[in-house]
Amino acid sequence: MKPLIQKLVESTGPSGYEGQIRSVVQAEIEPYTDEQRIDALGNLIARKGNGGPDGIKLMLAAHIDEIGVMVTQVDEHGFVRFTTLGGVRPYTCIGGRVRFLNGASGIISLEPLDDMTKIPTFEQLYIDLGLSTNQNFPVGIGDVAVFDRPFLDLGGRLVAKSMDDRIGAAVLIETLHQLKETPHQLYFVFSVQEEVGVRGATTAAFGIDPDLGLAVDVTATGDTPRRTKVRMEVSLGKGPAIKVRDGGMLADRRVVDWMVRGAEKLGLPYQLEILEAGSTDARAMQLTRAGVPAGCLSIPCRYVHSPSEMVDFEDVQQAVQLLVELLSHPVTL
Amino acid sequence: MAIMTKEFNISQIRDDQVRLLERLSNACAVSGDEGEVRKIVLEEVRPHADEVKVDALGNVLVNKRGSGDPSLRVMLAAHMDEVGLMVTNDEGEGIYRFATVGGLSAADLIAKVMWISKDHIPGVIGIKPIHLTDAEERKKPFSVDDLRLDVGPGTSKVKVGDRATFSTKFIQHGPSLRGKALDDRLGVATLIELIKHAPPQIDLQAAFTVQEEIGLRGARVAAYAFNPDLAFVLDSTPAYDLPAWDVDENVIYNTRLGAGPAIYVADSSTLSDPRLIHYLVEIAEAYRIPYQFRQPGGGGTDAGAVHKQREGIPSVSVSVPGRYHHSAASIARLSDWQHTYNLVAAALFNLTPQVLAGER
Repeated sequence: MKPLIQKLVESTGPSGYEGQIRSVVQAEIEPYTDEQRIDALGNLIARKGNGGPDGIKLMLAAHIDEIGVMVTQVDEHGFVRFTTLGGVRPYTCIGGRVRFLNGASGIISLEPLDDMTKIPTFEQLYIDLGLSTNQNFPVGIGDVAVFDRPFLDLGGRLVAKSMDDRIGAAVLIETLHQLKETPHQLYFVFSVQEEVGVRGATTAAFGIDPDLGLAVDVTATGDTPRRTKVRMEVSLGKGPAIKVRDGGMLADRRVVDWMVRGAEKLGLPYQLEILEAGSTDARAMQLTRAGVPAGCLSIPCRYVHSPSEMVDFEDVQQAVQLLVELLSHPVTL
Repeated sequence: MAIMTKEFNISQIRDDQVRLLERLSNACAVSGDEGEVRKIVLEEVRPHADEVKVDALGNVLVNKRGSGDPSLRVMLAAHMDEVGLMVTNDEGEGIYRFATVGGLSAADLIAKVMWISKDHIPGVIGIKPIHLTDAEERKKPFSVDDLRLDVGPGTSKVKVGDRATFSTKFIQHGPSLRGKALDDRLGVATLIELIKHAPPQIDLQAAFTVQEEIGLRGARVAAYAFNPDLAFVLDSTPAYDLPAWDVDENVIYNTRLGAGPAIYVADSSTLSDPRLIHYLVEIAEAYRIPYQFRQPGGGGTDAGAVHKQREGIPSVSVSVPGRYHHSAASIARLSDWQHTYNLVAAALFNLTPQVLAGER
């Protein structure tokens, strides 16, 4: 599964421009699904299973977009000002490298600081493409780039940009590979524009109109050094996290219990997750049409929305095991 | 995709169109109370449309059918509403407290003459005269709570719930247009003109929307009802290209007056469909229409609601740039309006389902 993860995290797909990563995913799932389509916003929607008398229509979503930057201005010396796509923070950008869709690369640096005690704002940052004029410049207003970092395998722990949420996509793809039989109609959605407000899942959920919705996404952890006493009760390496709530959704209690029962049946470790901020595609699924029971299986992830997001490989594999178990049997909520 | 540039009669923005913009700009239509602009829109579009209806929220939905079988369904949206005030408390003696509707700050309101209610009752937002303030006091910013509408005692028919807007009369001077609510009466006027000169091969689904300024509410239900194949949103976006800025490096001008229609790539509500951005750029270049990209960043248009309806609707926005939006007087250039009209008209005349060939 590690080569798959590496392939996914090293692909490019800033929000709104998911074409490249989508074709990578398409090639991976083609042999394992019955039907594929791409909707108006660019979501990849793949069906597996025709459903039986004990089956329901399930939507599973992992988003293939990643945070990135977009050019707002190129000055006469070829320095590029930019805005963000999704939740990028200025201090994670400095010294970082970015890669544009057309292959052009640059580094992010900053104006001299007047006050070293204050975090610089995006207005003080710029991208340097190593050019001295804006003549025949490779990028212009509106062009997009992603953070450029290679995949790093630390053995038990894996590090990359865009682990959020390529690791969710990897879990769904691996689940498709391993899933033999299902009584359900399963819609695997590799969704777009999650980072800018769960927009892809909104339209995909409307189109699919599922009986149950499940997002697979990363969640933050509370297992890193900090000086305050407030800690989040999720750690790397203690199993996949079953979301109870986040900033945008109260998970359906029945969906939470369904996942808990599955984990206990297999004797898999799991954690219950309460995330104060942020949300996932599950929010969009829950609120579509007349409402859908929804939940989220989370992969604990340190340093979310930085160029080096870290997950535990055991957690990832256990998430796959749990999903395969859940999708192989009828669902009773 | 090669663009076949069709010959078509480009309508000129002349006196008639400017007079229509004047009527629209002078009309009062604060979000939720768009009746006055709606009346003008209905009058103008009825003779040219196959179907006109006013929906439950007050949107004007216009259908002009194409000759195709079926034709590409193309939604165009422009919002009728404007930012303004709502009277919240009657404090007696013709003095009223108010709340803002849409994005307005106290600085936009101080010492302005306002029109209140459908009857355009005049009132003034006064502040303490400079004679009576000291240096310290003058440094302090005002808040909306410090301000009142003064209508004068005795004759007032003002009621709590009435809307108020700036009493600015539209004028044209030289190459410029000045008035209140050019955001988005420029879009409304453009859309009326497009209906009058609709291209034959598409189903034109025009939405004159309500409640854009308070959260894109009208466009949401309009797009749900139309369920179009794609959408163009016509709006007016701020230009902050003041000469003073050119001394230093102005990296956040948003758009520039005189540089043509502003095509949106991204704002906080929408990542425009790249196929449609590309198409507009090709059209602009084929017809030699000047254009600019609005700097990606904050703000939003009706596209933010439209593109997320149903199974997703490919959308892009185009704006006439204007200075000082959401204040008593905006300034726009006639040439930018003409070029915006030309761009959208040329885009519609050449539009085929090919534009959405290939995945986003």
